[in-house]
Amino acid sequence: MVSTASRVAVAKTYKIYIDGKFPRTESGRYFPLEDKDGNVIANVCRSSRKDFRNAVVAARNAFAKWSAASAYLRGQILYRIAEMLEGRREQFVAELVTQGISKRRAGAEVDACTDRLIYYAGWADKYQQIFSAVNPVSSSHFNFSVLEPTGVVAIIAPDDSGLLGLVSNVMPAIVGGNTCVVLASESLPLCAVSFAEVLHASDVPGGVVNILTGHRQELTTQFASHMDVNAIVYTAADRDVGRSIQVEAAQNIKRVIARTNVEWESDASQNPYLIQETQETKTTWHPIGG
Amino acid sequence: MDSQTNKLAFELAFDEGWRYAPAPESTDHIRIDEQYELFIGGEFVVPREGRYFPSINPATEEPLSRIALATAPDIDAAVAAARKAYAKWSKMKASERGKLVYRLARMLQERSREFATIESLDGGKPIRESRDIDIPLAAAHFFYYAGWADKLEYAFPGRTPKSLGVAAQVIPWNFPLLMLAWKIAPALACGNTVVLKPAETTPLTALKFAELVQDAGLPPGVVNIVTGAGETGALLVNHPGVDKIAFTGSTEVGRIIQKSIAGTGKRYTLELGGKAANIIFADAAIDQAVEGIVNGIFFNQGHVCCAGSRLFVQESVADEVVQKLRDRMETLIIGDPLDKNTDIGAINSAEQLERIKSYLKIGEDEGAEMHQSSCPVPDRGYWCRPTIFTGVSQSNRIVQEEIFGPVLAVQTFRTLEEGLTKANNTPYGLSGGVWTDKGAKIFKMTQGVRAGVIWANTFNKFDPTSPFGGYKESGVGREGGLHGLGAYLSLESR
Amino acid sequence: MNLSAVPRTNRIPDLDRVAHVDEVGVNERVARFQSRSIKNESKVQALKMVLSMIDLTTLEGQDTAGKVRQLCQKAMHLHDKLPDLPHVAAVCVYPTMVAVAKKALGNSGIKVASVATAFPSGMAPRQIKLEETRIAVEDGADEIDMVISRGAFLQGQFGFVFDEIAAIKEACGAAHLKVILETGELGTLDRVRRASWLSMHAGADFIKTSTGKIQPAATMPVTLVMLQAIRDFYRETGTMVGMKPAGGISNAKLAVHYLVMLRETLGNAWMTPDWFRFGASSLANDCLMQIEKQATGRYQSADYFSKD
Repeated sequence: MVSTASRVAVAKTYKIYIDGKFPRTESGRYFPLEDKDGNVIANVCRSSRKDFRNAVVAARNAFAKWSAASAYLRGQILYRIAEMLEGRREQFVAELVTQGISKRRAGAEVDACTDRLIYYAGWADKYQQIFSAVNPVSSSHFNFSVLEPTGVVAIIAPDDSGLLGLVSNVMPAIVGGNTCVVLASESLPLCAVSFAEVLHASDVPGGVVNILTGHRQELTTQFASHMDVNAIVYTAADRDVGRSIQVEAAQNIKRVIARTNVEWESDASQNPYLIQETQETKTTWHPIGG
Repeated sequence: MDSQTNKLAFELAFDEGWRYAPAPESTDHIRIDEQYELFIGGEFVVPREGRYFPSINPATEEPLSRIALATAPDIDAAVAAARKAYAKWSKMKASERGKLVYRLARMLQERSREFATIESLDGGKPIRESRDIDIPLAAAHFFYYAGWADKLEYAFPGRTPKSLGVAAQVIPWNFPLLMLAWKIAPALACGNTVVLKPAETTPLTALKFAELVQDAGLPPGVVNIVTGAGETGALLVNHPGVDKIAFTGSTEVGRIIQKSIAGTGKRYTLELGGKAANIIFADAAIDQAVEGIVNGIFFNQGHVCCAGSRLFVQESVADEVVQKLRDRMETLIIGDPLDKNTDIGAINSAEQLERIKSYLKIGEDEGAEMHQSSCPVPDRGYWCRPTIFTGVSQSNRIVQEEIFGPVLAVQTFRTLEEGLTKANNTPYGLSGGVWTDKGAKIFKMTQGVRAGVIWANTFNKFDPTSPFGGYKESGVGREGGLHGLGAYLSLESR
Repeated sequence: MNLSAVPRTNRIPDLDRVAHVDEVGVNERVARFQSRSIKNESKVQALKMVLSMIDLTTLEGQDTAGKVRQLCQKAMHLHDKLPDLPHVAAVCVYPTMVAVAKKALGNSGIKVASVATAFPSGMAPRQIKLEETRIAVEDGADEIDMVISRGAFLQGQFGFVFDEIAAIKEACGAAHLKVILETGELGTLDRVRRASWLSMHAGADFIKTSTGKIQPAATMPVTLVMLQAIRDFYRETGTMVGMKPAGGISNAKLAVHYLVMLRETLGNAWMTPDWFRFGASSLANDCLMQIEKQATGRYQSADYFSKD
């Protein structure tokens, strides 16, 4: 925000995004985000486990309809997100710059996000064709295997990325029909909240993506241990953290997806296998006869 | 209340009482130019020989516009423009190419009403069909294939896909814009450039599409549209500078094309005629099956290659099905294609109407019983009422030959095996329908019918993700879906 | 199917012969009805037809004589400012309100329809249902809207359901019987078709979708299936049966689409209040607003139309 000599700028309040709405954390807590000179840029919501609980409820409620939406519709919605992000490019660049990213890198990052959104939008009505199969069983049955979304996916976004890391993990999950709860980067949290606004403007139904900001140390265990979460995607540089997530996840046999050493800027990091990772495979038999 | 027993011997009266007032689509938001040139190298250019032909509105017999006639020098120029553009287009980063094709999809969605209205004016199909089916499906095809542009490596295990070059594409008049989308979308997504010739009776939406290509900022020469009739098509297909041919039209012409390109090494796909069997078992959901019959042969005036033009009804329910079919036919409204309530529009041309009429005569001469709905038709324009023939068998010409109009031949059958045998007893093999509530029978029928598309408990359903194409003389190759990519690529081993 | 005259036999039909129904196909046919564009004079005609087919309904535990009288007033005076309006077909109330309605309606020509048979659940012994029916008829009901025993139907006790309808029909005497299937509880369109077939053979003068007390109430797909059953029954026996979708039809545009569906399924003979009714309450005012809009060109406000 920039005040001029004659005009006082209006500062933005950064909230969290749950069930298509923008509440503050129910705990009322915050943590200040400072720029490199120690000035407070924003007071960021320090989400609680109750926020996470509410987000999971929202994600679970949204799952039935989102997973039943046609692939075509999901693709159209993801494309719309790209249109909305492209239109707000300057806002996101400015937000990244405020948080210490160079202008050039920030521009490249936002463009990469938009292109990645389009990339995954294009997979919506195609990944099924790559990963499904008609199986030539030896009995007189028509046998086919299809992918189905696993359900509610908890995502711990990479901490070292202000936007691209989050987008790169959320899109493959939801394009396949899952709903998700995301923990934004702790050191670069602002764009995640603004991205929620972009989602909101793109006909993404409430509850499909829920975005929380807060302290990793507090919330990681919640993300990993919730019994109504079907999969957890995380980036953990620290091996101990990774191990403890896996231990918690085991309680309800969550699908555990670790993203380590991924260069999100590279095109190699986007591919349909990231979609498949949050999908189940269902096989059906039916007699062929009279 | 009056006595409940109707004295009219159980007939249903559809022709009296409350009627629908005219509900015309407005044309004040569309623009059709008085004259259209050829679209070559990103510009509208005057045809070399300076000749034009009219495009007629088949519902009014009035001319809509003057259309350029492309002759040999124009085809040379178009192919050269496509070749020139190919060098850069094929080397463009695939995701960037995809984004340009996405623009086409989105713009088509934005201008859908204009395209739908012009489609109906030019070709005679009801505005409800253009608006609800043709144009949305066309946009969806561009949207689908745009997404493949940067994903081809996943579609062919063990192979490195490469574009072919310049594609020559010739399309028919029954779904003009949709057929354009089926051709251009995959071609562009795979890195090829195109020269497309729309049918001579329905060039307008292709020419409007050319405007879209300009607005979307596609590099000049990536898409070229040349207008003309059979001769223009032949010039295009036989041009030595094209690498790949895609043709949708009659089997007769498909045969000619396949012959004329023999020995040239050109790749080709042909989507040709059909005489599909629509098979109704006694345990089918009969009312929905009747609707499926109607969808299969009467909508789009029967101008559908995959039309369900041979009905087979299991004998024990034959009377019931025919009765219900006749009831339903009485509620079909034939008339002004621009009226939103019209179900059946104009026959595309005087020529096609003559063809259909000649088959009606053949049917009667062969001793078949003809029944038509009693709907009024307008005075001017080309019209054919929905028609069924009963008392026919596989030996009738009207059962063997493709009529391409709203004319259905009805036969009975007794066993599944008989149904299968008769369904396959044809040189065609584009599509088929099977209606039964029993799942196992569905799979047995789809296993046995020799056709490229089988509809079970539905008919004439299309989707960009779903491959379409024929067996036998209905053509070779598939369009749509993952399977539709191969036609526009060469697959080199890794 | 037998195309020669087989009059209604009042014997339980063979339900295995009843047509199967494909839900996706039904929905597609319905979508075509909804794409019809009804304009200008045909729209006004349709709206007036809808008004004439309404059973203006109040079925609340809190109904009183006063409420019913006011409803009857509305039934007789929909919107006196507009000339040439038809009156509604009937007023529909609980049995205890029949006498009040009958008196209030006088000789307006508007019928009194009464629910009966332990509406809406139908969970009562047969004697109670018969007695309730007789009382309503004695008090002056012209029409009885009964509910079928859904539990028995779902248990496969078709004979029980059939006998019950036949008995109520008898208890109706001269009054006409509408049989409510409560389609929202039947679950599948196949069951709706079978229940329709059963009810018509048992003596129903009308078949009706719903009580309006649960969701879903009337829908176009369910109504289409019932209309097709009526058509098949007519072709087989020569007997006409009426149709009443009830509940959930609160806007005029939807009601007009129902008329399109009626016209294209059964034809002209059914397009009168004798053979088709809408069970509705707020529908009437929406129709009036649309009629006024057609006449003046202005979109209307609810403030200008009485709510009784």
